Amino acid sequence: MRVELDNLTKSWDEVIGADSITLDIADGELVAFLGPSGCGKTTTLLMVAGIYKPTAGTISFDGQVVNEVAPKDRGIGMVFQSYALYPHMTVFGNISYPLRLQKLNKGVIKERVQTVADMMGIGDLLERKIAQLSGGQQQRVALGRALVKEPQLLLFDEPLSNLDARLRLTMRGEIKRLQEDLGITSIYVTHDQVEAMTMADRIAVMSKGVLQAYDVPEALYDRPKTLFVAAFVGNPPMNFFDVEVMRVNGDLRAKSDAIDLVIPHDRGEKAAAVDGKVIMGVRPEDVDVVDDASPAAEGLTLAGEAVVVEPLGREDLVGISINGVDLRVLVDKTRGVRVGDTITLVFNTSRAQFFDPETEASLLWA
Amino acid sequence: MTTVETAPPRPAAGPIPRSRQKMGRYFAYGFLILSIIPILVGYAWLIIATVSARTQGLLPKNAEGGIGGFTLSNWDFVFESAIWNAMLNSLLIAVFMVIGVGLASTSGGYALSRMKFAGRKTFLTGTLVLHAFKAEMLLIAIFFVLRFLGDIPIIGGFIGFNTVGGVALVMVALELPLGIWLMKGFFDNLSWDMERAALIDGASRFRVWWQIMVPQVRPGIAALSLFTFIVGWNAYLVPFTFTIGTKVANMPVFLNQLISDTAPVNWNLVAAVGLFQMIPLIIFFIFTQELLLNIYAGGSKGT
Repeated sequence: MRVELDNLTKSWDEVIGADSITLDIADGELVAFLGPSGCGKTTTLLMVAGIYKPTAGTISFDGQVVNEVAPKDRGIGMVFQSYALYPHMTVFGNISYPLRLQKLNKGVIKERVQTVADMMGIGDLLERKIAQLSGGQQQRVALGRALVKEPQLLLFDEPLSNLDARLRLTMRGEIKRLQEDLGITSIYVTHDQVEAMTMADRIAVMSKGVLQAYDVPEALYDRPKTLFVAAFVGNPPMNFFDVEVMRVNGDLRAKSDAIDLVIPHDRGEKAAAVDGKVIMGVRPEDVDVVDDASPAAEGLTLAGEAVVVEPLGREDLVGISINGVDLRVLVDKTRGVRVGDTITLVFNTSRAQFFDPETEASLLWA
Repeated sequence: MTTVETAPPRPAAGPIPRSRQKMGRYFAYGFLILSIIPILVGYAWLIIATVSARTQGLLPKNAEGGIGGFTLSNWDFVFESAIWNAMLNSLLIAVFMVIGVGLASTSGGYALSRMKFAGRKTFLTGTLVLHAFKAEMLLIAIFFVLRFLGDIPIIGGFIGFNTVGGVALVMVALELPLGIWLMKGFFDNLSWDMERAALIDGASRFRVWWQIMVPQVRPGIAALSLFTFIVGWNAYLVPFTFTIGTKVANMPVFLNQLISDTAPVNWNLVAAVGLFQMIPLIIFFIFTQELLLNIYAGGSKGT
């Protein structure tokens, strides 16, 4: 099912939950709503579900405006963070509830519940009470209940937040596989950018009720249109520096008290046009730690002191201070960086991002 | 000797010696027993008195002044229809109250907890303020209301002045503020998600309330029913004020009529009737004890 949101707005008196959200979701696509808590992603989802009435704007399913359609008539299935299972019913009672409300024949209900339960790997737990299940099993029941009525649209509201890290990883893959197999259009609300990056076909990044960006994951990562997107997408997060980009002997240089780096022309032209300071962003993986600065890295090299070393297993995340300016870089573990070491850094400025400090818009992609 | 001497354990730092623990426990039990003695003595007297011709202190006495004189004649009233009539009236009031208060509080509490409507806040504070009014202050006004209700054709005969229905109606009204607030509290603790899930699954708002939400607040309904039943069963002021004669008297009013007759009061008979009135409550308590403890220990089990 195709979903279109057009200037969708929800406000309560003074508080704005979602502000003019406009986006479209193609049939069979999985779209993630990504943002910190309170950014309006769940509000938007609940409007799509029909639980909240939009203050303004429209929601369309396959071209039909559904603003006034009751939740039960929208052909949707929803999975909640708290699972929202009915504790006084068995697993069978929970999964069969939507079908029983449709007054289907008992035999049909039994068959469909069994099929879905088997698909979710809980086929032998149907007689159990909800309280007797583990968190992962409860999540499967919730998913089964959403799928059993064969919805046109699946809504996920942070479905994995209550699971432990390992289970989250397993369920992540399972949900993605299920969604692809069944081809059901899905909206997946999460605050976990890794979840959004790995699962979604497209990601809608939201902040303070406003849609910041809506694009495929790679584009959000490589071509962030706003400072918020650049800061929120990517783990560990991007490093930011206040610099002034100026022309020196035909080169573009990003300069501050602590920093002086050569910037390629295709990256820095627009930043150079700005009068005064801009914000430069460099991802942790775009900074190399070297033993000695090679002459080729002239103008791309800075020295700093290791302040924090966080071993991540495969590599170390090292916090470095360059004359009081902090940044974090990923360093090969074999290098054995210790706190207090002086480190030579080579910046890959051909991947640097620039933002206007006033509007927070990108000086490359906006 | 090369063993290192260790200092004896000091009470403040180390574990408390067992003998001291035991003493503490004896002390606690002793204190508890002492403090409930007045009540225990009261109950003991009540039970002894019901099977004695007369009593002196806690001792049953026979005609000669010696210990003895046990009799079941105080219990003769169980063969009279008046007591059964009073009991039926008590039961009617209590059951009517449980149903009325239960239904109104469970639906009203849900609406106040979940829905937005004009006057919601005013209503909530209003009910609290109303609850502060003692029933005694309203007696005269209620009298006029009941007289008015009695004049309504057909139903007036069931809910007017001097009817069990009228008494029950007034009792329900007086109990509602507590009931609505109690049930609102239980509904407030339920997650919205469960309700939303049911709405998406295809349930109507009424069905969500009845099939999904009400089962979650069963402990609350049980507690409210129990409290309401006791209030209805022991109701005295309202039935006493708004009923005349023995036909519509409930148990407490009947008990009072035994005392206020012009003849000398037979306290042993009063004791027997009083004990008789308590029997249903005692049975009720025995069966619901575990449930009540659950409720007191922290509301609903599970989520």
